[in-house]
Amino acid sequence: MQDHTDLSWEWVIGLEVHTHLKTESKLFSPAPVVYGAEPNHAVHPIDLALPGVLPVLNERVVELAIRLGLAIHGTVNPVSVFARKNYFYPDLPKGYQISQFEDPIVSDGWLEIEPEVRGQAKKKAAAGGGGRRRIGITRAHIEEDAGKSIHDVAIAGREDSCIDLNRAGVPLLEIVSEPDMRTAAEASAYLRALRSILRYIGVSDADMEKGQFRCDANVSVRPRGSRELGTRTEIKNLNSFVHVEEAIEAEARRQIELIEDGGTVVQATMGFDPVRRRTSVQRLKENSDDYRYFPDPDLIPLRIEADRIEAVRASLPELPDEKRSRFGSEYGLSDYDAGVLTANRELAAFFEETAKACGSPKAAANWLTRDLLRELRERDVELEETSLTPAILASLIRLVEDGRLTARSAAELFPDLVSDGGDPEVLMRERGLEAVSDAGAIDGLVDQVVEAHPDVVQQIREGDDKPLNFLMGKVMQASRGKAVPAQVRKTLIARIRS
Amino acid sequence: MSRIEPSDVARVATLARLALSQDEIAAMTRDLEQMLDYVAALDRLDTQDVEPTAHSFELPTPLRPDRAVPPLDPEIALGNAPEREGTAFLVPKVLEEGG
Amino acid sequence: MAKADSLLAGDLSDLRGALDRRDCSAVELVQASLDAMDARADLAAIVFRRDEAALTEAEAADERIASGKPASPLDGLPVVLKDNIVQAGEPATCASRILEGYVSPFDSGVVERLQRAGAIVVGRANLDEFAMGSSTENSIHGPSRNPWDPERACGGSSGGSAAAVAAGLVPLAFGSDTGGSIRQPASFCGVVGFKPTYGRVSRWGLVAYASSLDQIGPFARRVADCALALEAVGGHDDRDSTSLPEVVPPLRSRLDGDVSGLVVGLPKEYFAPEGAQPGVLARVREAIGVLEGEGVRFVEISLPHTAYTIATYYIIATAEASSNLARFDGVRYGRRAEHPKDLLDLYERSRSEGFGAEVKRRILLGTYVLSAGYYDAYYVKAQKVRTLIRRDFEAAFGECDAILTPTTPETAFALGAKAGDPLSMYLSDVYTVSANLAGLPALSVPCGFVDGMPVGLQLLGKPLDEATILRIGDAFERRTDHHRQSPPGPPGSPGTD
Repeated sequence: MQDHTDLSWEWVIGLEVHTHLKTESKLFSPAPVVYGAEPNHAVHPIDLALPGVLPVLNERVVELAIRLGLAIHGTVNPVSVFARKNYFYPDLPKGYQISQFEDPIVSDGWLEIEPEVRGQAKKKAAAGGGGRRRIGITRAHIEEDAGKSIHDVAIAGREDSCIDLNRAGVPLLEIVSEPDMRTAAEASAYLRALRSILRYIGVSDADMEKGQFRCDANVSVRPRGSRELGTRTEIKNLNSFVHVEEAIEAEARRQIELIEDGGTVVQATMGFDPVRRRTSVQRLKENSDDYRYFPDPDLIPLRIEADRIEAVRASLPELPDEKRSRFGSEYGLSDYDAGVLTANRELAAFFEETAKACGSPKAAANWLTRDLLRELRERDVELEETSLTPAILASLIRLVEDGRLTARSAAELFPDLVSDGGDPEVLMRERGLEAVSDAGAIDGLVDQVVEAHPDVVQQIREGDDKPLNFLMGKVMQASRGKAVPAQVRKTLIARIRS
Repeated sequence: MSRIEPSDVARVATLARLALSQDEIAAMTRDLEQMLDYVAALDRLDTQDVEPTAHSFELPTPLRPDRAVPPLDPEIALGNAPEREGTAFLVPKVLEEGG
Repeated sequence: MAKADSLLAGDLSDLRGALDRRDCSAVELVQASLDAMDARADLAAIVFRRDEAALTEAEAADERIASGKPASPLDGLPVVLKDNIVQAGEPATCASRILEGYVSPFDSGVVERLQRAGAIVVGRANLDEFAMGSSTENSIHGPSRNPWDPERACGGSSGGSAAAVAAGLVPLAFGSDTGGSIRQPASFCGVVGFKPTYGRVSRWGLVAYASSLDQIGPFARRVADCALALEAVGGHDDRDSTSLPEVVPPLRSRLDGDVSGLVVGLPKEYFAPEGAQPGVLARVREAIGVLEGEGVRFVEISLPHTAYTIATYYIIATAEASSNLARFDGVRYGRRAEHPKDLLDLYERSRSEGFGAEVKRRILLGTYVLSAGYYDAYYVKAQKVRTLIRRDFEAAFGECDAILTPTTPETAFALGAKAGDPLSMYLSDVYTVSANLAGLPALSVPCGFVDGMPVGLQLLGKPLDEATILRIGDAFERRTDHHRQSPPGPPGSPGTD
C-alpha cells in the first residue's frame, strides 16, 4: 500500500492493456481461435507465414474495436492504418507484427474509476459521494498476438524452446491509458473498470488466467508539485490485479529509493517477481529497439464510414455509467447500490426485472447487493448458475412488503431459493413461516413477555426506552421470528403504557 | 553526399539478422553508399505538400467475415520444419521476451 | 509427336485447334514439352518438372476434350510457372538456398485458376533470387541463357519463363513483375510479356518481393495469348486485400486489328538519344511508323518525373522486401544453419548462408531506409515522389489512350556483364519501373532485332484498361512478323538456321 505519510513524491502510472477479442477466427487468417489446444493444432498457412500468404482483415474485429471506442467515449477514426512492427523472434512468424502505429482505430477516450478505498478514506469517500476519477485513454489499436515459446524443455541433453503458433494471429486490442493514475489502487480500479466494460459490451472475455487480458504498467515518480514527468520504466506481463498493484508499489518504491540515494532512473523494461515482491531490470531500452514501422503494403487503410459507426452505436447495450446514473434517477438508488448493480450486465438486468415485478426497487437493490452477492461469493458461483429468478425474488419481496413474511423468515428462505428456486409462498406455508399478524396471537405473546419481565417494564414506565428492544427480541423469539415486528412493537408499547 | 560508415552497415545488418564478414561489410558499404548517393536525387524535389502513395489506387477496405475454417493438419504445418519436437517447432533456447 | 513438337512453337489458337481436331492429344503435347525441356536443358530455364503429374493431368484433359467438353480454351495446354508462384506439393525455391527443400502445402490463386481452366503445369522456371535482379543470374540453379544467344542473359527476374516460351518449351508461361521483371526478359527473348494492372491477378501464393508493386502476368508468343491468359487467371480474389474488385472484361473479342483513331503518347523523356541504344530506338521508331499506317495518332507527351523513378523504386521495393523476407528465419521451414550455438546465431547464419549477395544488398538497403532517423528522408520521401510519378501519368492520359516506349534501353547484355555493378543493373529497369509505381498495365511486344537480338516495345495503359494496349499490340503483330521469328535450336541440333 502506498505510504501516504510520504508526501514528497507523486507516482505517475499509465497502463497498456492487451485484450483478446471475442472472435471465432483470427485477425488476418481464418484459423479458429481456441485455447488449450495441442501445439500448432490451430494454425493456417497465414499464421505460419508460409511463402505466398497474405492477410485479410476480420470484419468482426473492426466492429468490436468500434464498440470499445464508443464505450470509452473515444473517437473512432475514419481512417486507420495497419503498420508492420519489424523484429525477429521465434514466436513472431513473419518477422513483423501487424499493428497500428501512427493511425490507430480509436483515440482520445476515457473511463471513470472508483478506487477501492480503505479505512479512513472509505468513510470520507462515502460521505463525499465517492472518489470517482476520470482516466484518459490515449488510444486503442488493433494488432495480432504472437505465438508462444515454451521454455525449459530438455531434449537430447541441450536446452531448447518449443514454438507453438496457435496464439499467433489472435486479434488483440491494445488499450493505452494516459499517465493519469497516482496510486496502485487507482491502477487496479482502472483495470477492473476496463475489464468490466469489455465484458459488458461483449468485446472480450478478458479472462486473465487464459492470457486474454494482459497488462504492462508504465511507472515514474516525481517530486510532488512538479509538472514534469520523471523517467519511466515499463513492467511487463502482469497477469493478475494483485500483481499489478504489488508491482507498481514495488517499482515506485524502488525508483524513490534510487533517487533518494542519489541515483537516476533509466528507461528499462522491468520484470516483477511476485514471490519476493520486487521488480528488477529485465532489459534496458536501447537505440537498437528500431522497429522500422511502415504501413503494411499487403493491407489497405481501414476506412470506416459514419453509418457503420452509427450501426454499432445502435447495437450497443446501455453502458455501465449511463445505467448507473439512470438507476439513481429512475429507482432512487444510492450511488453505491447503483454502482454495484451496474458493474455486471446480468445483475443489472436481474435488478430491473425484479424491481418491475415487485414494485419496490429499494428492496430489490438491498436483496441483490447484500444477500445475493454474499451468497454468490460464498458459493463462488455466477448469477446464471443459481436457480434464483427475478420472479422468485419479486414474489419474496412482495410477501415481506405485504407483511405476510418477516424479514427474518425471508432471509431464512433465501439460500434455498438461490439453490433450488421454487415458489416462496408455497415454501413459506410448507415451513410454517407465515408471519403472525393475528392480533390475538401477538397479544398473547406480548402478555407472556411483559409478565415475565416486570422490572424491565417498570424501567420503561419510568421513562427509560432503552430496554424496549430487549422485550421486542423476547416476543420475536417466542414467535420464532414469525411475528410482524411493527405490530409487535405497537402492541408492546400499548401494553406497557396501559 | 551520403556518408555511410561500415559501422552503419554493421548496425543495419544486425537489425536484419545478417552476419557479414569484414569483406562483405566493406563491399556493402560501397554499394549502399553508391545507392544512397543515387537516390539522394529525390531531395531535389519539393514534396512538402504531396501526399504519400502507398498503393497505386484507392481500394475499398476488404473485410473477411468472422468464420473459422478447419486448421491445417499439424503434420502439414510441421511438414517443412527443420527441427521439431512433437508438433512444436524447435529452436535454441529463447532467452528474453520479444518486443 | 513431330506434330506436337512443331505445334509447341505456335500460338495458343493453333494448339487449341489441333487438340480439338484431335490432330494431337494433350498427352502428346505435354510429352513434347517435357522432351523440349530435355533438349534445351542448356538454357537452364526450367528448374523443376512435373513429368508424371503433368502426364496424368493431360490424360484427364484428353478425356474432357474427347467428350467435347474442354474446361476452357486452355484445357490440355502445357504452361510453366516462375518458381516463386506456389503450387501444392511442389517446391518453390525462389532460386534461393534458403528455400531449398521447401514444399508448398497450398496452391496460389493463379494455379487454382489454371487448374480450373484445365491448363497443365509442366514445370517451374528459373528466376533471380526472390525476383531481385534483371538477368536471372542470381540463382542457385545457375544463370538461365538467352535462346537467341546462350552467351547473353535472358533478362530477369522472370528470365526462365521468358526463355521457356522463346525456345518453344511451352506456349505460355507465368512470371511476376515488380519493376519490369516480365517485360524486360520478354523484350530480351523476343516474346510477348504482359504485366496487368496492379491487383488484377491475385498475389495469393506469389512469394512477395515488394507487395505494393508485385504483379503476376503471362509470357506468350502472341498478344492474343496473353489476353486469353489474363481472362483465365485474372479477377478478384478474397484472399488478397489488394486484389481489384472489378471483373476482367472480355479481352480477346476486342482484338479486331482496328486501332484507327487511337491516340498514343510518346514520352519525350523515354526517347532521349543518350538514353537508349540507337538500334533499339530505330526499331521502336519503325514500329511507330507501322502503327501510324494503321491510323494511330502519335503525340509527344512529357512524364517529368521519369528521372526519379529508379530511385523511388529502389527505396520502396527494398524497404518492402526487407520486411517481406524477414520470415525466412530457419525456424518453421527452409534452410537452417547447422549447429547454431544460440538463437541469434541460428537467425544470422541461416539467413547469411541462405541469401545471395543481391538479396542481402537489397535487405540492407531496405532496412536502412526504414531505420530510425531515415524513414522520413527516404521511405516517406519516395512515397511522395511516387505520388508525383502517378500524377504524371494521370495528366498524360488526359491527352492519350496509351503510351508507347522502348521496353529496355538495350538488347540482352552478355552474361556477367553487369554482375559487379549493381547500380548499372538497376538502371536497366529505367523504362519499366514507372508502370509498377503507378500500377498501370504494361505490355512488351517484339518489334525487331538489333544484331540478331530481339527488341521490345512497351505499351502502357490506363489503370484497368488492358484492352487498349492489347489491341494496339495485337494490331502491330498483324502487320509484322517479328513474333514469328524463332531462335536457333539447341547446340549441335540439325537444321537450325
